[in-house]
Amino acid sequence: MSTVTAGATPRSSTLRRNWDKHWAAWAMVVPVVAVLAVLIFYPLVNGIWLTFTNQTEANQLAEICTKSITGGEVCKENPNAWSFVGLDNYVNVLTGKIGEFWQWTGTTLIWTVAGVAFHYGLGLGLAVMIHREMRFRGFYRVLLVLPWAVPAFISAFAWKFLFNEQLGLVNSLLNAVGIDSVAWFADKWTALFVAVITNIWLGVPFMMVALLGGLQSIPEELYESAEIDGATPWQRFRNITLPGLRPVSMTVILLGTIWTFNMFPIIFLVTEGQPAGATEILVTGAFRAAFEGIRNYSLASTYGVLILSILLIFSVFYRRVLRKQGEVW
Amino acid sequence: MRRITKGLAALSSVALAFTLVACSGDKEPAASDNKAADPASLSAELTWWDTSDAKNEGPVFQDLIKQFNAKYPNIKINYQSVPFADAQNKFKTAAAAKTGAPDILRAEVAWVPEFASLGYLYSLDDSALLADASDYNETALASNKFDGKTYGVPQVTDSLALLYNKELVEKAGVTVPKTWAELKTAAQTVKKKTGVEGLYVNPAGYFTLPFLYGEGGDLVDTANKKIVVNSAQNVAGLNIAKDLIDSGASVKPSATDSYGTMMTLFKEKKVAFIVNGPWEVANMKAAPAFGGLENLGIAPVPAGSARAGAPIGGHNYVVYSGVPQEKAAAAVEFIKFMNSAESQAALADKLGVLPTRKSAYDVASVKSNAVISAFKPVIESAVNRPWIPEGGQFFGPLDTMATEVLVQNKDAKASLDAVAQKYKAEVVPSYATN
Repeated sequence: MSTVTAGATPRSSTLRRNWDKHWAAWAMVVPVVAVLAVLIFYPLVNGIWLTFTNQTEANQLAEICTKSITGGEVCKENPNAWSFVGLDNYVNVLTGKIGEFWQWTGTTLIWTVAGVAFHYGLGLGLAVMIHREMRFRGFYRVLLVLPWAVPAFISAFAWKFLFNEQLGLVNSLLNAVGIDSVAWFADKWTALFVAVITNIWLGVPFMMVALLGGLQSIPEELYESAEIDGATPWQRFRNITLPGLRPVSMTVILLGTIWTFNMFPIIFLVTEGQPAGATEILVTGAFRAAFEGIRNYSLASTYGVLILSILLIFSVFYRRVLRKQGEVW
Repeated sequence: MRRITKGLAALSSVALAFTLVACSGDKEPAASDNKAADPASLSAELTWWDTSDAKNEGPVFQDLIKQFNAKYPNIKINYQSVPFADAQNKFKTAAAAKTGAPDILRAEVAWVPEFASLGYLYSLDDSALLADASDYNETALASNKFDGKTYGVPQVTDSLALLYNKELVEKAGVTVPKTWAELKTAAQTVKKKTGVEGLYVNPAGYFTLPFLYGEGGDLVDTANKKIVVNSAQNVAGLNIAKDLIDSGASVKPSATDSYGTMMTLFKEKKVAFIVNGPWEVANMKAAPAFGGLENLGIAPVPAGSARAGAPIGGHNYVVYSGVPQEKAAAAVEFIKFMNSAESQAALADKLGVLPTRKSAYDVASVKSNAVISAFKPVIESAVNRPWIPEGGQFFGPLDTMATEVLVQNKDAKASLDAVAQKYKAEVVPSYATN
């Protein structure tokens, strides 16, 4: 906020003058604050409160009423009405009494790191390649952005079908060159491999486009003078391209990490968490635990709070690293 | 809103006479003391969520609605086809929010006790819908009961059976197997003689039940409130299923898309035996490559050492408890029409699905329907599932177990122990474990 240079004036009159001067700005901020409060703050607080209860769909009502179609209604006190349970939900989840929290976290980390590393690596490679002058450059660009334009669930089903063990194209190709069919979804690692491939296919275009934008902001003269100084292509890449891309890279890596961490549809549709829940990540595992069968609101909120906490810790840590490296972000 | 009017009672019994007497052999309660009321005097607008297959089954239900409207021109039915996989959650969300729920729903058997325990359904006791309750198959009706009240009427019933490709079985010269051991040799013979796969065992919880029931096992003992899913019988049953796969009698199943793969292979004549239910009959009829229904053999599921048992399934008509009482009479009429013996017989003729009314089986066209008569003994020997609100939650852990044992080759006992633990921790905490 703009400060007023009235050192000795009493606080109330500072506020007063501030209001007089900036009332229009304040008035315009109010709707935003109100909307944020309703859309974000209230659900967040409510969600956190839910984690300390044992509320589910079946016990949320204190009284359950049964109506008869011939008239009449009988209401009975719900014998298992919800109650405050303190930290029970967290204890149950973190000790593995309910669900497989630690296994899901482990899988999520592998999934996220593999996803982001390949997205960034391939995205950078492709961006550098199509940044150069070449024939049909526009055509290549469109082609490479295509996966992004296809709705995610369609890609997911397509990839899942390609890897179908009896009817899929991949196993037919393997058979054609004399290799036995692979039971892709019978093993955690091969199933995860298929999911990661799908995710890479879906995520690379975004990285490529973002990095291409970054590349175009690096002044051409830097490369020219480096070339005159006799720098090899690798040296130019390391000393001009990478540092020049840093602001873009840092942002897209952070975004990519959060997105991949919470990337629900790929796992849910491609591997379905198979085999036997081994490829479940936090969001899909939490969804199944909380919403299959009688819906468990308190458990769902507990997972939500835990996932949010993990991402918050990561973001804070990431920002600190960036600040150490002198980024203003 | 809460009281029944005399008019409604009169109307109901008259309509009962209208719709049921024609085909049912039994004497219906006659509407002798009431003067005929005009069905056209009932007017309401009702939404019905149909969860049947939109392509194969939906049009037949819409035809029935047209016939209904010929009789009841002032009851408008908003027919909505809701995919089966979404309907349960969609209905619960809408019912909890008290907005957007349909008046009438076609609910899977396991959903009814759950919805009823949440207060989402009207109880139908004493209504015209249950006046002839004795005409319903008892096993099918049982799924509608919760806590001493009845919340729905069974629309269609089903169970698992052994389906086979007649042509392949004849070519291999095997007889239709009656036990799992016979199925194993039959499948191996088919593979040897015809070169196509013998059997596809679907690694899903529901589909392992015939193996468990076959050895006399079950999931829980509701009478004694006990979790019995990790019993020795169930271990033995699962090991039979596992042996079918290990011995090569069955295709090695996949952990994802297993059901779809099974059906594709069966329809393309690439596997001779599968275990599946009557809901696929319309689909098989429409599969010319298979050879149509003439080529489809149906037999009861093979027996284990104790018996041959398959789980009872099916769908029920239920009425959402948020429907205003003024519309209740119309809803009752609609369900009664849709579930009359004639309507059930029409569905059986066109779709091959199994009626829940005993009287529907006396209709000539049903009697002469080969698919229905093949499934009749299957239904009669079908096993009741535990009808408790948590019933639907038994299958998540069971699916995991089936994948572990049948796809990943894990030890049956260890996997079943894990299922028992899950049931205790998350599904039925008040039950005792072994």
